[in-house]
Formats: sequence, structure tokens, C-alpha cells
Amino acid sequence: MKWETVIGLELHVQLACESKIFSSSSTKYGMPQNTQASLVDLGYPGVLPVLNHQAVVMAIKFGLAVDAEIAEKSIFARKNYFYPDLPKGYQISQYELPIVFNGSIEIPIHDKSMKTIRITRAHLEEDAGKSIHDKFDNASAIDLNRAGTPLLEIVSEPDLSSSEEASSYMQKIHQLVRYLKISDGNMQEGSFRCDANISLRPLGSNDLGTRAEIKNINSFKFVEKAIEFEVDRQKTILEEGESVIQETRLYDSEKNETRSMRSKEEANDYRYFPDPDLLPILVGKDLIKEIKKELPELFDQKVGRYIKQYSIRKVDAIEIAKNVDIAEFFEALTHHFNENYQQAANWLLSELMGYLNKENISIKNLTITADTSAELLQKIHENVVSASMAKIILKQLIETNDSVDEIIEAQGLKQISDSGQIEAIIMEVLESFPDQRDQYLSGKEQVLGFLIGQVMKKSSGKANPKMVNKILLEKIEEYRRI
Amino acid sequence: MERFTLKKLIHMISQREISSAELVSMYFERIKKYDHFLNSFITLNQESAEEQSLIADKKIHAGNYDLLTGIPYASKDIFCTKGIKTTCASKMLENFIPPYDSTVINQIKNSGAILVGKTNMDEFAMGSSNETSYFGPAYNPWDLERSPGGSSGGSAAAVASGIIPIALGTDTGGSIRQPAAFTGITGLKPTYGRCSRYGMVAFASSLDQAGLLALTAEDIAIFLEVMSGFDPLDSTSVEEAVPQYSDSVHDSIEGKTIGLPKEFFNNSLDAESQRILNQGIDIYEKLGAKIIEISLPNVGYSVPTYYVVASAECSSNLARYDGIRYGYRDDDIKDLDDLYRTNRQIGFGDEVKRRIMTGTYVLSAGYYDAYYLKAQKVRQLISNDFAEAFKEVDLIIGPTTQSPAFSIGEKIDDPVSMYMNDVYTISSNLAGLPALSHPVGFIDKLPIGMQLIAPHFQESRLLNFCHLFQQETNFHLQQPQAFFDN
Repeated sequence: MKWETVIGLELHVQLACESKIFSSSSTKYGMPQNTQASLVDLGYPGVLPVLNHQAVVMAIKFGLAVDAEIAEKSIFARKNYFYPDLPKGYQISQYELPIVFNGSIEIPIHDKSMKTIRITRAHLEEDAGKSIHDKFDNASAIDLNRAGTPLLEIVSEPDLSSSEEASSYMQKIHQLVRYLKISDGNMQEGSFRCDANISLRPLGSNDLGTRAEIKNINSFKFVEKAIEFEVDRQKTILEEGESVIQETRLYDSEKNETRSMRSKEEANDYRYFPDPDLLPILVGKDLIKEIKKELPELFDQKVGRYIKQYSIRKVDAIEIAKNVDIAEFFEALTHHFNENYQQAANWLLSELMGYLNKENISIKNLTITADTSAELLQKIHENVVSASMAKIILKQLIETNDSVDEIIEAQGLKQISDSGQIEAIIMEVLESFPDQRDQYLSGKEQVLGFLIGQVMKKSSGKANPKMVNKILLEKIEEYRRI
Repeated sequence: MERFTLKKLIHMISQREISSAELVSMYFERIKKYDHFLNSFITLNQESAEEQSLIADKKIHAGNYDLLTGIPYASKDIFCTKGIKTTCASKMLENFIPPYDSTVINQIKNSGAILVGKTNMDEFAMGSSNETSYFGPAYNPWDLERSPGGSSGGSAAAVASGIIPIALGTDTGGSIRQPAAFTGITGLKPTYGRCSRYGMVAFASSLDQAGLLALTAEDIAIFLEVMSGFDPLDSTSVEEAVPQYSDSVHDSIEGKTIGLPKEFFNNSLDAESQRILNQGIDIYEKLGAKIIEISLPNVGYSVPTYYVVASAECSSNLARYDGIRYGYRDDDIKDLDDLYRTNRQIGFGDEVKRRIMTGTYVLSAGYYDAYYLKAQKVRQLISNDFAEAFKEVDLIIGPTTQSPAFSIGEKIDDPVSMYMNDVYTISSNLAGLPALSHPVGFIDKLPIGMQLIAPHFQESRLLNFCHLFQQETNFHLQQPQAFFDN
């Protein structure tokens, strides 16, 4: 039998609020344990939550960007369960009335066409703390720095039909929240996590099969692998005539397998009910209007504009716009030019990104500014430095605090474009290598490369290669006449 | 021994008849002398109170003081007090010292009043007799074998016996008004949202409200002014201006309409109580009010509605008590499940556990619609009944309790009978309305209370009616003489 895969994703996106969703504690990552937990986050007796308005604005931004409806009135509910890293014994979330519902987004799929994925809802909630089980013998530790961190949970309809589509959707949402600046999307730090609901059904069937939910997948690669493993597992079960059990499973990226966490029977009864400590979120038309006005240019618009305004190649426009940080860097670069945008794009994508990727540095953490980069580009353009020298300068720029000129000066990297100076070096080389000179003149033209190499070596790589080429050809011809 | 009103004490201080230090030590002497009969205090704040009284005296001496500077008061042990144990009368919080002050405590501190101690109560405010306290019941000064009511029983017993002039209470279903009635004093539950809940240990969040127990309406008016208003830390507190309650207490009530809900004057009320209430109503009529009968058709569902809503909220509110970050933690814990089971089994008393279990049940999958959702709908109907009634009347009057104070031990093993105690008081919590109980007479030397209910944020109306009543009568001035003769 042929099977069809049905996938729906729940994405947990940490919102880029400075303080927590219901308290004034900082959300900064990586701080010493339990230093960013206030009495509210600790669930002390008598404390009360107060909603962070910034989180609401961010949720609305997301809703508008996916053409969703924004609830005029949405409410917070308590999801009750006991766990030591959940200090209040309940998580404040949204249940019946989420702030965002009925949205959709287009994702690129395998045959280069687009597919619309419906977004059921997106709701606000607080994160739990962290349990640490491997640090102490015979004891678990609790870090509540993360408790109360604002999350937007984005739930898709089961519209995804393959692991590639799931990954594409996840990447698209990731790109979107980064564009909207509502999340840093940092997956290593857990700012962007995914739960996947997966089921199979006979091809052509309209009924949904029994699903398994895979928890806490934190990379695009893992979402593909987890889904592939799970699809195979379910296929094997179904083809043996058995039934899939509805359960929650955990993906182990080291073993590349999913394994059962708890079955439906063991599932918690969360006893959701409206949180009496919080008023409903009321969103007026004016607020929506105001937020709409502030929405940034998104990916598709950016690509279109780059092609039109900067006349760069579509593939490059797409490559640059893929990551909002690269796009912003590019746009800052373009302010320094009136033409040659393609050169800037080339340099950015091959030189700068090449270096950053090799060194595993994020462009956001780049120490040099677009201004400095523009300066360097200008030097290449004006033949002050060669492209290969520029590589060295770029490295130095990133590693030190020196300016472009300082580096060129200190390292003597300035290109020699003085024809007299170049001519002198060439003459010296032609005198030192008479055999090679004669070989060339007798028709063995590939020797030219050796001679150019010698000129470059003598000039410590600083001679303008174009000029070297031109003058060398002129000078060597002069020997023919002798 | 004379029970001083707050107003009298303020006068004495301003006339330099007594210093704050003398006042504070006088009340500690009274507590020392009488509280072992009453068990009305859980924790005393003597050292700090004495220090504060010296500072207050310096201010008074310098002429740089406020109305309440140097005046002693007590707080129910449910308000978090920085550095002072806040137990909620529970083993769970027996040794809990909050690192912060609740907003209400902070407001009163800023007014200059001095916290003398924390009063006894039913555990986590769950109870109507003060018998569910981990520290044992408080006793009624009118008859030491009887309950002072609950859950603010300690506050009521302390004020009624004159060992404190005024005390903070909380009222979720009648926990200020019923003890006030049982001990012959005046108790006000303000509108939901009038006073901040921040720092008040939550029992049922949508019903809990801070309030006061004192000898007179005037005394309550003075304190209410300092502890009301919007608090940015409590989203359910309301941005509504705080009136000068003590100014409007003298207003005439001539021509105002009082509604008597027929559902409150049915056969659940005994004949003697009915007779006494009628006398009280006559006094309001004499003061110029018009009396009409009204109906609150759904008010009869109040008790079951309340026990669904309050239990549901408490089951969630009390989930935080796991012994991990604070609170009771057993030494002998085997694993995670055992940690929750043991800490909560030993840390909570029976009534608290009963309500947590009830609340867990009514919120469970498959039961939510039948219980919680239905209760919310009925709650709305009850609110609507009041809204309708207040189109016709300015104030609603009814009994506070079915009978005078019952004996300790009489009802503790019969939860339903205990719950029925709050039959008249619960509906105003469900509707979020302000309500007050004042003394209206005695049956067999035991005080009886009368309840006034007003529209939202009309505390001034309650205090105004009550004050005029207290100008005409002396029920509120009756002291539990037999107790002092002990």
C-alpha cells in the first residue's frame, strides 16, 4: 500500500522581550543559575502576574505577517501540572481563545513551486524553568532563569506532507520571526523549538491516521531526520497490520531515533481554566493599525526590491535576503555606492560570508561595520589593494580593531600600481630567468605564468596583477627584437 | 477595660493624651493578658512595633505626622509581611518568612500605623469557624466555648475583645462579615478590585478581597482610605478614584431605598433572628430610608456555585506548595511523586485537601462543563440579579448569618452544614459587590449581625448607612463583659 505522510508542527518561539511575560525579570540568556528569577517567577505565595505588553505587540506582528485574524478578546488560561521546574504548578498559556488564529504562509517546496500552509493559531505563553539531572549525584537541580520567558506557540494545520516540507515551513517561520524582530531565533539557546505531529494514512484517504507527537526538536536538520525516522517506524507498524499508538515521543539526535515518552493513557489532564489573575487581552483596531504601519519589509518584498533597485542577480538577492542580518548588512553597504552593487553583493556573499562561515561567526556578532567594509570594497575598486590582499585585510579587520588604512600601512599591503616600479621588477626578473624568457619567445607560452609568479613574489604580492600582465608582455617582446 | 475605637485613639494621640509607645505597650499588655484565652494571634511583632512607636512619637512630637501615625493594628496572617512569618495558619507555611510586603501592608505602613501581630485564621482562609487553623481555633470572647467565625476569626476575636483596635481580614465567601457578626463588631468586604491582592496569599483569586474588622463604620472608613486603589502589581485591581470615606459617613440617607431580598428572609432564618433584623430595619426606616421587597431569583444557587468556583481556583492556586522552594518539606522523600504526595499530605490540613480534591475534580476532563462552566454561568446570573435589583434600590439588607456563633466542635465534622454558614454572604463575593456586617442585636447574650450590600465601588454608601445606624444604636458598643471579668 502507498502511504501519505501528514505532518503538523507546533513551533515554540521565544519572543525577544527584554523582560519576562509576567514579571520584570530579565530574559537574558546564559546568566548564572537562578539569578533572573523574581518572586513572581519563583511562584512565591501572594505574587501575581502582570502582562508584558511588548509580548502582545509581537504576537500581533506575527499574526499580521501571516494574514491571520487577531482576536479582539483573547484570554489566558492555566495549564495545571506538577513538575519541579514549573514553580506555580501551572503554566500560564492561552487555550480556548488565542490571540492569533486562521493564518497562512507560503513555503517553497521541492519542485520550486510554492505551497500554502495554514496556521491554526498562535498563542502567548510562559516558558518553564530547567531541570538539571546530570550535575549532582543523587539530586536534580532547578534553574528558574528561563521560567516566565515569553513564548509564542505557532500551531500549523496538518498541511505538511514530507520531512522536506516540514523543514521548509520551519525555516520560513524562522526567517519570518527574525525579519519581524520578534525573536532571535537562536536554536542552540532554545529560542526556536519544534514539536511535530506525524501520522500516516493510505494515499487518497481523507481520514487522519493515529498520530505521534515528537517533542523538542531544535534544528532544521533534526526535524527532517526525526520525521523520516518516525515515518519509517509508523510505516513498518502499519504494514505489519498493527496500529500506531497515540503517544508522545522524544527525538534522540545522537542515536537518530524517536522513543516513547508517554502514551495517551498516561497523558496529563491539564485542567485548563481561565486564569483569574489576568484580565482578557483586548486588542482594538487602532492598535492593529499602528502595528501594521510598523511592519518591516519582508523577504519577498526585499528580493524584488534588490533586483529592481540594485540590479543584482536574483540568486544573489535571494541569498542575501534569506537572512535578515545579512540583508541589513548589505543595505548598509549599498549606502556607500551609487553603482557596482553586484560587486558589493559578490564580495559580501563570497568573501565576507565565506570567511564568517569558515570561522563559524554569526554576521550579527561581526565586529566590523558596513562602513569599514565599504571602505575596503572601495580600495579594491580603485585598485589600491588587490583582491587577494583584501582577503588578508578583511581577516585583520575582524581580528583587530585597526582601520583599513592602518592595516594597509602597517603590513605594506598597498598595491604597486606605479608602472615605473613594476617595470623595474619585471626587467630584473627577465634578466634573472633568461632560459624561461627564451622558452616563451620560442612559443612555449605557458612559461608566462612562471614569470608573472616571480614578479609577484619579488613585489611581495603587491604588484597590480593587471599591470604586471600588460607590462610583462610588452617587455618580453622587446627581447625578440634584440 | 475599655475597648478604644480608632477614632478615639487618633484623638488621644493628637491631644498628646497618650504616646504611641504607651499605646503600643498597652495593647501588648492586653494581648499578653487575654490572648491565651482567645488564641487570636499567631505571631507577634513586638520588638519592631515598639521600635516603630518610638519613631512615631518623634514625628508626633515634631508635629510632622499623619492621621494614623503610631496607631497599632493587626493583620490576618494571610498578608505577606517582609521579615515576619506569614503562615496562613498552615503547617505548610509554618516557618515561611516572606521577603516582601503585600501592597496593602505597604500602604498601611506608609500611613504610619504599626503592625502589632498576625492573627489566627482558618488554614489558607478555608473554613467558617477558625477551627481548620494549624495553630488551633481562635475563641469567641462572648463565649469562649464558641467559635468567633472564620476565616478571619483571629482578627474578629482580637477586635471584639479590645486587644487591638482594628484588624485586616480577607473575605472570599464571608470570611470578614460572618466573624464580625459572630463577635459583635463591624466588618467590611470592599468591592472586588478595590484593594490590591498583591501579597495576599491566594485562596480563590476571583473572589478574594482584603477588608477590615473594627468597632465602627467610621474606623473602617479611615483605614479603607489608605488601603484602597489601583496597584500596577495586581491586574485585577481597578483604576477607580478612592473617595474620602470618612467625609461621607455623615450624609443623610433620607429618601434612599433599601431592598429586602425575599430569598434572604425565608424559613432558613429562625424567628428570633428575624425579629431582631426587623428591629434593625425599622431603625433604617426611621432614618428616612424607604424599604421594599425585592427578589434575587438565582441567589439560592450561591453556595454550590461558590464551592465549585472557589475549589477550582484553590486547587490551582495551592499547587505551588510543593516544599521545593519554600514551605513544608519532609525529610524522608523517596522520589518525585513521593515528594509531592508526602509534602502536601502532611503540609495541608483536611479541609484544604478536601477543597483541592473537589477543585481538581470539577476541572477534570469530562467534568469541566458540568461543574466549572455551569458554575460560571450561574455566577453570571447571580451578578445579573444584583444588577437588576440595584436599578430599583440603593442598598440591599439581609442577615449576615443564620444564627449566632455556634460552638467549637459543633460543625467541624459536617462540611456541608459548615458551608451553609455562608449562605447569605457568598453571593456578594460571586458578584464582586461590597458588603458590610454590623451588630444589630443579641440572642442569649450572643451578638447578631446585619448585612448591607451595595453596588460596585459604593463602599461609601455602606459606611454611611452603617455609621448613621451606629449613631442611633449602641449594639456596636456592647463589650463582652463576662470575658473581661475572667
